[in-house]
Amino acid sequence: MNTLSVWQLLVLVVRRDLLLAMRRRADVFTTLIFFVMVVSLFPLGVGSEMELLRKMAPGVLWVAALLASMLSLGRLFSADYVDGTLEQMMLAPQSLSILVLGKMIAHWMVSGLPLVLIAPVLGIQFDLSVPAQGVLVLGLLLGTPVLSMIGGIGAALTLGLRGGGVLLSLLVLPLCIPVLIFGTGAVYAISAGLNEAMVSNLALLAAMLMFSLVLTPWVSAQALRISME
Amino acid sequence: MAINWFKYSAPSTFYGLAGKLIPWFALPAAVLFVIGLYIGFFIAPTDAVQGEAYRIIFIHVPASILSMFLYLIMAGYAALGLIFNTRLSSMMASAIAPTGALFAFISLWTGALWGKPMWGAWWVWDARLTSELILLFLYFGFISLHASIDDPRRADRAAALLAVVGSVNVPIIYFSVKWWNTLHQGSTIKFTGTSMHVAMQQAMFITLVACWLYAIAVALTRVRSIILERERHTKWVADLAEVKA
Repeated sequence: MNTLSVWQLLVLVVRRDLLLAMRRRADVFTTLIFFVMVVSLFPLGVGSEMELLRKMAPGVLWVAALLASMLSLGRLFSADYVDGTLEQMMLAPQSLSILVLGKMIAHWMVSGLPLVLIAPVLGIQFDLSVPAQGVLVLGLLLGTPVLSMIGGIGAALTLGLRGGGVLLSLLVLPLCIPVLIFGTGAVYAISAGLNEAMVSNLALLAAMLMFSLVLTPWVSAQALRISME
Repeated sequence: MAINWFKYSAPSTFYGLAGKLIPWFALPAAVLFVIGLYIGFFIAPTDAVQGEAYRIIFIHVPASILSMFLYLIMAGYAALGLIFNTRLSSMMASAIAPTGALFAFISLWTGALWGKPMWGAWWVWDARLTSELILLFLYFGFISLHASIDDPRRADRAAALLAVVGSVNVPIIYFSVKWWNTLHQGSTIKFTGTSMHVAMQQAMFITLVACWLYAIAVALTRVRSIILERERHTKWVADLAEVKA
């Protein structure tokens, strides 16, 4: 019997989850369409003054990204939980943390990355300048994985509970607020010409990414053990 | 003589101990509240800048301090329960949560009442207010996660994990003033000399102690109810005088 290295295991899980997601492409598009719709609703709600929209854009895009990622979090473990795959995964001799990390990465690639890619298009709608667009995308690139990872903890804790979706948002949204603050802070800083503040906000986001990368897979694995016992 | 350090870590023995301790915390809490508020309202001088409205700090500041400390204590108990699998620790954590949420709410409420005359607005999106609001959300998250899981042991452990993860947020609350540097006035009590009148300090200190005692008394009362509820099928509960009556 050949054993998998950590790296092979990670790649295996990511590929499996991506493959599953590609077989059900509608789910991916739902998240993306939700994101685009929420962002497009804001101008309809607050009016079409370009000055106002330009100011609101980073916040609107970030909040919409936050909500969109909440929307898809419920699916992170639930399908595998329902058909019993998760139980088999937990019995596997491989590290559950790495497995969970793989699922988180796949979740981000399916629900986070498309948002990052479409963000510049929505930014144009809000008349964001080119440097601000760049910072927004960079911030989302650093921040959305954190959302997927923190969300993973919530998804593991609320596995199989009634009213899991709303509860999940209640648990996870407060924990995601720092990401929102730093992500929007970076864009505001570049718009105000404060390059150093922009860099420090992005650095804090990157720090949170590193921190979550180390801790959240392990915490989620513990949460899964609690939920599955 | 060997002392059994863990005697009171069993719910059955702690139930009686908590019952005996409650009056020792509840009565001093009531007395100190009266004294502290009397000093605060009648003896402490009017503030040079903020007039009479500043007097709300005698409620606001203790409530804010307690809301943050209680979260850490709750997370501490939750972690103990998670690590050593002790039932009583988890019960204490869920007994503290509502009190903590209450203090967070009082802190926000009094903060709003204070903000109106001082800043001219009930609510400003200042870092500390926002962090306190997030803290309230964290309490709600803990309570509702615990409430939505039927099996009490799973509920304890899941909520405990959430509390420990959320406690990462409490230092952020504390340092938020420095990080975001906004409207809220900096901390008035500093380790190197303070900018407060002595009577104000005394009043605030006394109400703070009163709040602590109140929180302990209420948590113990609540944990007694939780013990009774969870252990209702056991013989020792059935043998209790108050249950038989």
